[in-house]
Amino acid sequence: MRHHLILRVVTKLLVGCIILFAFYVQFHGDFSPGGGFQAGVIMAVAFILYGIVFGLRKVQAVFPPWVVHKMVALGVLIYAGTGVVSLFLGYGFLDYGAFAPHHPSHGQHYGILAVEFGVGVTVTGVMVAIYYAFAARPARLSDEEW
Amino acid sequence: MGDSATFEFVVGHANYWLFSVLMMTGLYVVVARGNLVKKIVGLNMFQTSVFMLYISMGRVDGGTAPIFPVDMEIDPAVIYSNPLPHVLILTAIVVGIATTALGLSLIIRIREEFGTIEEDDILVAERILAAEDDKAHGEAMGGRT
Amino acid sequence: MATEAAHHTAMSLAEQLPVLQVLVPFLAAPLIVFVGHRGLAWLVAFVTSAAAFVIAGLMLGQVIGGGVIYYHIGGWAPPLGIEYRVDATNAFVLLLVSGISTIVLPYARQSVASEIPLRHHALFYACYMLCLTGLLGVVVTGDAFNVFVFLEISSLSTYVLVAQGSHRDKRALTAAYDYLIMGTIGATFFVIGLGMLYMATGTLNMADLAARIASQGANRTVIAAFGFIVVGMGLKAALYPLHLWLPNAYTYAPSAVTSFLAATATKVAIYVLMRFMFSVFQPAFLFEGNTLEFLIMPLAVMAMFAASVIAIFQTDLKRLLAYSSIAQIGYMLLGIGMLSQTGLTAAIVHLFNHGITKAALFMGVGALVFRTGGSFFDRVQGMGKTMPWTSGAIVIGGLSLIGVPGTAGFVSKWYLVQGALEKGWWPVAVLIVVSSLLAVIYVWQIIEALYLQAPAKDIPAGEAPATMLIPMWIMALACIYFGLATDITLGAAQAAAQGLLAGSSGMLSH
Repeated sequence: MRHHLILRVVTKLLVGCIILFAFYVQFHGDFSPGGGFQAGVIMAVAFILYGIVFGLRKVQAVFPPWVVHKMVALGVLIYAGTGVVSLFLGYGFLDYGAFAPHHPSHGQHYGILAVEFGVGVTVTGVMVAIYYAFAARPARLSDEEW
Repeated sequence: MGDSATFEFVVGHANYWLFSVLMMTGLYVVVARGNLVKKIVGLNMFQTSVFMLYISMGRVDGGTAPIFPVDMEIDPAVIYSNPLPHVLILTAIVVGIATTALGLSLIIRIREEFGTIEEDDILVAERILAAEDDKAHGEAMGGRT
Repeated sequence: MATEAAHHTAMSLAEQLPVLQVLVPFLAAPLIVFVGHRGLAWLVAFVTSAAAFVIAGLMLGQVIGGGVIYYHIGGWAPPLGIEYRVDATNAFVLLLVSGISTIVLPYARQSVASEIPLRHHALFYACYMLCLTGLLGVVVTGDAFNVFVFLEISSLSTYVLVAQGSHRDKRALTAAYDYLIMGTIGATFFVIGLGMLYMATGTLNMADLAARIASQGANRTVIAAFGFIVVGMGLKAALYPLHLWLPNAYTYAPSAVTSFLAATATKVAIYVLMRFMFSVFQPAFLFEGNTLEFLIMPLAVMAMFAASVIAIFQTDLKRLLAYSSIAQIGYMLLGIGMLSQTGLTAAIVHLFNHGITKAALFMGVGALVFRTGGSFFDRVQGMGKTMPWTSGAIVIGGLSLIGVPGTAGFVSKWYLVQGALEKGWWPVAVLIVVSSLLAVIYVWQIIEALYLQAPAKDIPAGEAPATMLIPMWIMALACIYFGLATDITLGAAQAAAQGLLAGSSGMLSH
């Protein structure tokens, strides 16, 4: 992609915007359509786009595979951990009432925010991990052979 | 049944027709195609048909998107679509993606080990392997038929 | 409901048991990946699995007298929220699944070390934990769609676990791929069935579904849903003509995985079948009675014979046992098909007894593979002398598979024959006995190979390590124990059968 000047410049401009948009979708998720799933995918798109244009090596320097793998697990831990916290506060699993006993609707907000953050982290991790897993595969055949 | 009634029946069940056609197409592709990647594509079509079935199920006549206004002042006159099928299908889509990713990665490994992703060739290769087992370990050996 | 939780009495940990049952192994999986340490991975897996076993035991203690535990996820009341619902049937299957997992794990340690490269160990145990989570979740939940989600969690991790056998034989990959295609078709059929149920009733909570189906009676949508669900689950359970994924998957998967899956995965699918046939749909419906009597029963009998005959002609011990599994699933479905207290008790007891029997057998074969490097008869022959303990366990498991008096297999077959006679179906009773004779043939082949033939020349002498022998013998002794002391299994199975036969009213005893 070295010769595609426009692609490279546009990508550089876009990546920041995409990540910003991902955060918007992430944290606006409890008011409007959005949330961890969508935000995670959008976030991953930023990295995948960068990887496609600048090469796998460059994107893995920014976002190493081991970090991706830990993220996959970390997000699930955040999600389940939220439930475990509510469980230890004497409420049911994922009963968000636990986080603000006198303001159940506030508790809902806190709970959803934490859970969606976990979802976002995992989805980002999974999407990038899938991309890495397929893209990092050494091609055993040359392009012509396909 | 009069002509108009027949028309009603056909058009009124459009989502079910689409679902059936898509489902059968997907299932046929899975069964009939020998290429492993095409099988996965067929599987995806098959799953997508179910997503369509659920989504169409959640529609309410004249219903709007089931999002409450931020100030939570809900107008009782507004009809909302049923959001539950959408939520279920969100989960099913995630499951579908996981299945596809896993299937494709298995195909890559199969390609590396067998050197082909055509089912016929793989069957031949496996039959040779089974015959070798047979020779080495004696007697009838079921193998993959 | 969550929004009115101003006055809240704190829940004790004992009330959280149903969710902890799923949560504990579920947390273990990401923890293993996050820590990423190979040695720790096994330890975490074992400890959590043992904890799940204790939890299942505690819950069975609470419900064996006929009680039911309800748990609302997130504090949302059903039918809107997801409900976990544990009665005698669930608790019994939960105990089986978590128990098998706990016993297989110590065994897995060395078996896995010899069959899977070291760098994959952490991920392997994470997958194993996910599979356990899925299986437990399927059983514990009272929400129909939740069953699908957990089913796919367990299935997807199962495909990965099966594919791990590719380090020994590359055919594990195609086996896993076939399993993936067929398993996904099965799961999608199941979802279509659920969609139709939702269309007909507007709910997905099992108890609620049962009540609404009971009140509105059978209609075409409900019947179609029934068909889709039975076929979908039949694929997962390896119901006879839908079993094609099973022999290859069991043969080429790593030994520890085979031991675990053979004892749990199909059993859980059978449980879901029972739950839907008896609790959600009304057994009294004509279409269901007809399906059981004219479709499931003949297929079950065919499985008993066809799979047993195929098993006789195998030269690979693992594949032989895989075919025998298909035959044994036939016995369970036969019990279900009788639609009677005795038949259903027999099916549930057999579900448990066959689980422990097959676990013992596959662990034995795994130990033979560990020492001899293969499971073909000419590799393992003569091992009765060099590996007496392993061979002994295999013989006990084999006797239980036949149904020799004094072993677990006898109890369930005895009840099965009784159920057939109760119904006046004496030809079926004869068929059960005759098919057991087929089992005698293939078990004798195993014994003959192990004890009456000279070992191959290049086999290193020596018994399997203790970490493999002890779990194997726990299972083998369990085969004898549950053959002699039948109070626990029969008691739980009778309570379960009663709950199931009560139909929807059994679901509704709020």
